[in-house]
Amino acid sequence: MSKKLLLTYDHIEGINTLEVYKKHNGYKALEKALKSMKPEEVVEEVKKSGLRGRGGAGFPTGMKWSFLAKPEGVPRHLVCNADESEPGTFKDRYLMERIPHLLIEGMIISSYALGANTSYIYVRGEYYYVIKILQKAIQEAYAAGLLGKNILGSGFDLDLYVQPGAGAYICGEETALLESLEGKRGNPRIKPPFPAVAGLWGRPTVVNNVETIAAVVPILNISGEEYAKIGIGKSTGTKLISASGHINKPGVYEIELGVPVEEFIFSDAYCGGIRNGKKLKAVVAGGSSVPILPADLILKTAKGENRLMTYESLSDGGFATGTMLGSGGFIVMDEDTSIVKNLFTFARFYRHESCGQCSPCREGTSWMEKILQKFIDGKASMKDIDLLWDVQSKIEGKTICPLGDAAAWPVAAAIRHFRHEFEEYVNHPESIQEVQHYYRLNNIPV
Amino acid sequence: MTTADITFSEEAQQKVKDILSQYPADKSKSALLPLLHLAQAEFDGWLSVPVMDYVATILNIKPIEVYEVATFYSMYNLAPVGQYLIEVCQTSSCWMCGAEDILKYLEKKLGVPTGEISNDGMFQVKKVECLGSCGTAPMFQIGDKFYENLTFEKIDTILDELRKENKRSRYV
Repeated sequence: MSKKLLLTYDHIEGINTLEVYKKHNGYKALEKALKSMKPEEVVEEVKKSGLRGRGGAGFPTGMKWSFLAKPEGVPRHLVCNADESEPGTFKDRYLMERIPHLLIEGMIISSYALGANTSYIYVRGEYYYVIKILQKAIQEAYAAGLLGKNILGSGFDLDLYVQPGAGAYICGEETALLESLEGKRGNPRIKPPFPAVAGLWGRPTVVNNVETIAAVVPILNISGEEYAKIGIGKSTGTKLISASGHINKPGVYEIELGVPVEEFIFSDAYCGGIRNGKKLKAVVAGGSSVPILPADLILKTAKGENRLMTYESLSDGGFATGTMLGSGGFIVMDEDTSIVKNLFTFARFYRHESCGQCSPCREGTSWMEKILQKFIDGKASMKDIDLLWDVQSKIEGKTICPLGDAAAWPVAAAIRHFRHEFEEYVNHPESIQEVQHYYRLNNIPV
Repeated sequence: MTTADITFSEEAQQKVKDILSQYPADKSKSALLPLLHLAQAEFDGWLSVPVMDYVATILNIKPIEVYEVATFYSMYNLAPVGQYLIEVCQTSSCWMCGAEDILKYLEKKLGVPTGEISNDGMFQVKKVECLGSCGTAPMFQIGDKFYENLTFEKIDTILDELRKENKRSRYV
């Protein structure tokens, strides 16, 4: 069983309350930081840990922190990105719902490290019940002197607020999130300037994912050096994986980076294998944006090595034969799954979520959905496969933010690895129509 | 109804004050998203033009600044809705685990197509994109509640309970 640093106490009753959280090592890291460390020492510890952003991009957190501009007399902010909306990803929801104080403790320590006195947790609006859980936990923290003025007698002040989103995937992009937090449409900003220089209200700002901020707590508890010993190479520490799809045990798993993909899918400690005794067909390993891989390539690299759950191993082979760890949204498909139809749900998603600012993304996502609809309706021709390829290639790299890439990559990968299935939709549309109804496939009457 | 007839309840007005206290005094526009959620909950689950104009007066911003935000985010309803808005996730994992059949079952049960309000005004089904509940698919959201690992029997029970409750779904 893998070492746990974040979900050590997630099943303890009442762990969502301050009292129980404190009994289980809670707020020890904060005490250590405030009483015995300078802010720059905290940053140094995070650098040593090798922690990489857990939202999807995997950028080294300590380095991101060190970019923060510190002009005299200008307030700085820490904003937690809890806009979790990448299809297949639900780990942040689990963490905030179960152990809200872990995030709050991480927010206080990180704010201290960055010199921020007002910080925000931006939570997607659909998670309103989680917002209520966080607000209650924040109230408890204020009452216990863990937030507000002069925290634990250290002289450090922090106000922490929760901000709701209102239904927009794009607000997970950090500059769109800041626009939204300023009360505007979530249109990503042109960079530079980066948020580290001009972020919230034009002030220097760091935006970090929920899991990233929570990971700062165990890093201080065990030390950055010890944290870096967990995992393999530049994939240090543990990662929360959201496992879903046709598996026996869907859910959130904390893994030590480096667990073999095969073990993750088939071991009873994790996904527990494929449902109903079916075979594995394909996996989307890191949320909807990353390239889908067929069973053989997700289990072994093109070189024949065992594929591991690390940033490096999953991306081995580039996009030709590899994928990405991304947000850790691990979607497993059994042998009956239509890759084309699944791709259609992704295409519809990106069309719905494009902010509309850049034409390649606004128009391209709409065209990709329309072309895929033709396949599903049995009206596509072979030329449409090439057209679809052409459209996706004209979005990638041509937009202000990565949503365009995120919309294009899954399309490219599906054609790259499953072209025969698109051809099947063209050649035998009648045989395709009836598949893909889970209930019917499993003889559940509709 | 015109904007002049619209005011928040006293409880909501207290909430407005709390929300505004979260930002620097000259950055009160940041309160727009939470205030629109509050307004939607206060005024029958949707945002009419007079309601949006009312929010603009609270924040001292132009009505267009409210409209452009209200039209951008999918959780704001710009037309009247059923008492209970059933938001059914359709993306990937939910689709793989039967979301289309869940939708069909709801349509059959409520007797109206997706998007329309049922004849008794109680329910309205809306297709939505990923709600971050992929490990418990298929699922739908009603107000701030997630209903997960759905089966047809579970749906029967949920609808019966809501009919008895006879309130209005809300996030806030």
